[in-house]
Amino acid sequence: MSLSSQDFIRRLPDSTQHFARGEGFWRKIHIDPLMLLFLLSVTAYGLIVLYSASGESEWMLKRQLVFFTLAYGAMFAVAQIELSLLRRWAPWFYAIGLVMLGLVYVVGVGAKGAQRWISLGFFRFQPSEILKIAVPMLVAAYLGTRMLPPSLKHTVVCLIIIAVPTVLILKQPDLGTSLLIAISGLIVLFLAGLRWRYIVGSVMAVLLSLWPMWTFVMKDYQKQRVLTLLDPEADKLGAGWNIIQSKTAIGSGGVNGKGWLTGTQSQLDFLPESHTDFIIAVLAEEFGLIGVLCLIGLYFLIISRGVYISWTAQTTFSRLLAGSITLTFFVYVFVNIGMVSGLLPVVGVPLPLVSLGGTSIVTLMTGFGIIMAVATEKKKVTLGGS
Amino acid sequence: MNWASTEHHRFKDHVNEANTFTRRVALALLLVFILFCILIYRFYSLQVVHYENYVTLSDRNRIQVRPVPPNRGLIYDRNGELLAENRPSFTLSLVKERVRDMDGTIARLSELVDISESDKENFFKYLKQRRRPFEPVALRYRLDEEEMARLAVNKFDLKGVEVNAELVRYYPKGELYAHIVGYVGRINESELNSFDEETDKLYRGTHSIGKIGLEKHYESQLLGTVGVEYIETNAHGRALRTIDEVEPQAGQDLHLHIDSVMQQAGADALAGRRGAMVAIDIATGGVLAMVSTPSFDPNLFVTGISVKNYRALNESRNLPLFNRTIQGQYPPGSTLKPVLGLGGLEAQIISTDTRIRDPGFYQLENDDRQYREWKKGGHGSTVGLHEAIVESCDIFFYDLAFRMGVDRMHEFGTHFGLGEKTDIDIPSERAGIWPSRQWKRAARGQAWYPGNSLNMSIGQGDVLATPLQLAVMTATLARRGTRMQPSLVASIGDKTIEPKVVDQMQASEVNWEFVKQSMSDVVNNIHGTAHSLGRLLDYKIAGKTGTAQVVGIAQGEEYESEALAEFHRDHTLFVAFGPVKNPTLALAVIVENGEKHGDTDFPVVKAVFDAYFAQEKVRQANMQAQPAVQEAQQ
Repeated sequence: MSLSSQDFIRRLPDSTQHFARGEGFWRKIHIDPLMLLFLLSVTAYGLIVLYSASGESEWMLKRQLVFFTLAYGAMFAVAQIELSLLRRWAPWFYAIGLVMLGLVYVVGVGAKGAQRWISLGFFRFQPSEILKIAVPMLVAAYLGTRMLPPSLKHTVVCLIIIAVPTVLILKQPDLGTSLLIAISGLIVLFLAGLRWRYIVGSVMAVLLSLWPMWTFVMKDYQKQRVLTLLDPEADKLGAGWNIIQSKTAIGSGGVNGKGWLTGTQSQLDFLPESHTDFIIAVLAEEFGLIGVLCLIGLYFLIISRGVYISWTAQTTFSRLLAGSITLTFFVYVFVNIGMVSGLLPVVGVPLPLVSLGGTSIVTLMTGFGIIMAVATEKKKVTLGGS
Repeated sequence: MNWASTEHHRFKDHVNEANTFTRRVALALLLVFILFCILIYRFYSLQVVHYENYVTLSDRNRIQVRPVPPNRGLIYDRNGELLAENRPSFTLSLVKERVRDMDGTIARLSELVDISESDKENFFKYLKQRRRPFEPVALRYRLDEEEMARLAVNKFDLKGVEVNAELVRYYPKGELYAHIVGYVGRINESELNSFDEETDKLYRGTHSIGKIGLEKHYESQLLGTVGVEYIETNAHGRALRTIDEVEPQAGQDLHLHIDSVMQQAGADALAGRRGAMVAIDIATGGVLAMVSTPSFDPNLFVTGISVKNYRALNESRNLPLFNRTIQGQYPPGSTLKPVLGLGGLEAQIISTDTRIRDPGFYQLENDDRQYREWKKGGHGSTVGLHEAIVESCDIFFYDLAFRMGVDRMHEFGTHFGLGEKTDIDIPSERAGIWPSRQWKRAARGQAWYPGNSLNMSIGQGDVLATPLQLAVMTATLARRGTRMQPSLVASIGDKTIEPKVVDQMQASEVNWEFVKQSMSDVVNNIHGTAHSLGRLLDYKIAGKTGTAQVVGIAQGEEYESEALAEFHRDHTLFVAFGPVKNPTLALAVIVENGEKHGDTDFPVVKAVFDAYFAQEKVRQANMQAQPAVQEAQQ
C-alpha cells in the first residue's frame, strides 16, 4: 500500500481566488487570526474567573498562566507541522500512547483510587492525554485514504483502534476520559459518512448493553454518580452535596450575578471543586446569566470557526481530524456545563480553557494547533503525487 | 483531467466525500446549536425562573441565625446582697449533626480535657432527647484556661466541637437559699415538649429553666427576651462576620424581703436539726427569713446533677430536698390556742373571767376516753383563759371546744389562713388541714364526733399546718385580724409589689388585748411555758409554745421519750411576735423531734429576733445618715 503519494486535489486550481490577499502574514505563521482571537478571549475570561474561584490565589493564577504559555507555544509549534507528516506519524503516536498506558499499570501513580499518572520526576503526566489526539488522528489517517463512506471492514478496524485505548483507560479506572476518547474517534467515523444503519444499530446495541454495563463493569462510585444525578436530594451531605451546591450557586447568581469575587457559594467554600470541574458555577454565580451567555457564545464561535476550517480543509485526513477535534471540544464543554448544572452525571471533565489544568491544557491547545495547521494548509496543486 | 485516470479514482469520489462531510458537519453544528440552547435554557431556568428559591438556599447556606440568650435576672436580698447571679463559664459542646464519629470525638476530647463519667452520662442523656437541629449539647462546663488552650490548638481536627462562653447561674450563698431561690437546671425533654411555639421562641439559645423556688415562680420575669444574631459562616461553619443583630434584653432583677442576716441567724440556730422557721414582716406580709433544714447546694443542679449525688440527696432520711416551710405539714399543737381562745371570747362562749375545774383529764358524757392534760395532775383546781394560754392548759380548751363546736371553730380559724394555701410566691406549697364536718365526710367518709373537736382544739388529731401558715396566723393575730399576703419578692425590676390584704377580721379591742397579754405572759410571766426564753431576751415578745405528737399514745400508756427512737420524739413548735408594744415581726418555728423547747426552738426564736432588732438598728442608723450624706455631698 503506497499511501504516501495519495494526496488529492478536490478543487480546480483557480477555484479559490481569495487566498491571494491580506492573509499573508497569518498564513506564513500558520495561525488563523479569528480562531486565535476567540481562544484568547475565552482564556482571558477563564483567568478572571479562576482568580475568583481560587480564592484570589496569585499562585494558582501564575501556575495557570505558565501552562497557558506552554499550551499556546505547543499550539504554535504544532501549527507549523505539515499535515502529511502528522498523518504518517499517527500510528507512532498511537503506539507510543498505548505503551505508556501500559506503563501506568507498572509504574503508575495513584490518585483517588485510580492509577492514571506517570511520574517523570519533575512533573506528572497522563498517557491518556496523548491518546486524546492520537486516536482521532489515526482513525482520520486510516479513513483518509479509504473509500468513503467507510465499508464494514474499515469501520471494524476503526472501532478496534478506538476500543483498545478506551478499554485500557476504563480499567484505570477513568470513565470520563475513556468515553471522551471513544467519542473523539467515533466522531471521525460519523464525519466520514458512516452509514446511518450502522449508527442506529450501534445506538440500539449501546442501549441494550446498559444493564450488563451497570451490573458488571461500572464501579460503585460511578454508579453513585449516576444515582446522585437522578436524585441529588437523596443524599444531601454526601454525594448530592456537589450538585446541590453548584445549582444553588448558579441559581442564586440570577441574571446579573453577585459580582466578581463576591459569590458567597464559592468564596465561602460551599462549592466544592470550584476552581476545577465546577468553575462554571462560580462564573454563573458571580456574572449571572449574562456571563454564562457570553461564555457559551464564545464557545459557539470557536466551534463554528473550527467547523468552517474543517469544511474548507484541503484533504480528507485534515478535514476529518479538524472536525473531530472541534466537535470533541464541544463535547467537553457540553459535558462539563451539563454536569455542573445538573443535567448530566458528574464525570470529572474540566471546562476547557477555564478550569485550572495542567497537561490537559497543553493537549487541548495541541488540538487547536492541528486546527490552525489545517486552516493554513497549503493548497495542493500537485497532481498525482508529491 | 490527469488525476481522474489514476487507479484510485474508482475508489475515491472526492466530491461526494466532501458533500457527505459537509452534510455531516452541518448536522453536527446544528446539534451543537441545539445542545447549547438546551444548556442556555437550563441556566435560564436556574437563574431566572427559580432564582428566588436558590437565593434563599444560598442565604440559608451562608447566614446562620443564632439566638443570643438574654442575661437572666439577678436575685438580691433586701440589703442588696446577691443570692443568684450569672457567672461566665466556658462550655465544651458538640453539635451532633456535624460530628461524624461521636465516640471517637469524645475519646479524643478526653485526652485534651478532663471528662468525667457523669459528664458523659449527662451528655448522652441530653443527646437522646429531642432538640432543635444543630443545637450544641454541652459535654463539659467550666473549662479552665489550660483546657481552653489545648482545645484551641487541636480545634482543626475536631469537627462539630464548639467552645462557647456562656453565663451559668451561680448561687453564691449555696445551701442557705436553696429552698427559697431554688435553682435552674437544663431544660429537659418534657419541658421542651410542653412549650408552645411562642415559648419555644423565647427559649432559643437558653439552655436552662427555673425548676423550683423563685427561679420557677418568676421564670417569665427572670428570663428576659432572646436576641438574634445573623452571622455569615463558611462551609465549615466558621463564623466570619455579624451581618445584623437584635440585642437581647436581660431579665428583670428580683429584690426580696429576705434579710440575709436573719436568714443566716435562723439557719445557724437550726443547724444540725430537721426543722423550719418562717419570719414575716407584720406590716407588709413580706417574708424576712425562711429556713428549712437540712438543705442542699443548689449549684449541683445547675449543670445537671450526677445520679450519685442526686440519690444521696433524695434518699436521705433527713429529706434535704423537702422544703419544710411550705411542704411540711405538722400538727400545730398548742400554738393554735390563742386563736381559739379569741374565738371563744368572740363567740361569747367564754369570758375573760370564765374558770373551769381541771382534774388533769377531760371526759365527755357517755365516753370512757380520757382526754389527758399534758401536765400530770393539771394546773390547779380551776383554770381561766389566761392561765390556759400562759401555761398551755388543755382541759380548758377541751371544754371550750365541746361548747363551741367544730363549725364555729372552723369558721374562726379560716380567718387566720388555716387550711388554705397562702399563695406565697414559690411553688409546691401545701394547704395543711383545718378540719370541718364537710372535710371529714369527704376525706374520711365519717361523721364528726365531739371528740374530734377536742383534738382539734389543741392542734392535734386531723389538724395540719405548714410553718408558713403558722407564721401567717401569728402575724394576723399581731395585726388584730388583718391578714396580709405573704410574699418573698418586694420588687421586680423597678416595680414594687404592693402589700395585699387577704382577710380583715373584726374582733373587740378588749379581746385582742387580752389574748396578746396572755401570749406576752407565755414568755414574760414566771409561769409561762416560754419563760426560760423570756429571761434571755432584752426586749419583750409574745408567743405560744406547741408540741406535736408524732406517734399517738394509746390509752393508759405512759409517755416515755427514752423508749422512742429519735424520729418518734415530739416536734416542738413556737410562734411569736414582737415587740409586744407595737409588733412588727411574727415568726413560727418547728423543730422536728425536738422534744424540749429549751434547746431546740427557743434558741432559734432568740437568734432571729436578735438579728432582726440588730438589723432594724442598722437600718435606722442608715436612714438617719442618709440626709447627712446628702447634705455633705451638697
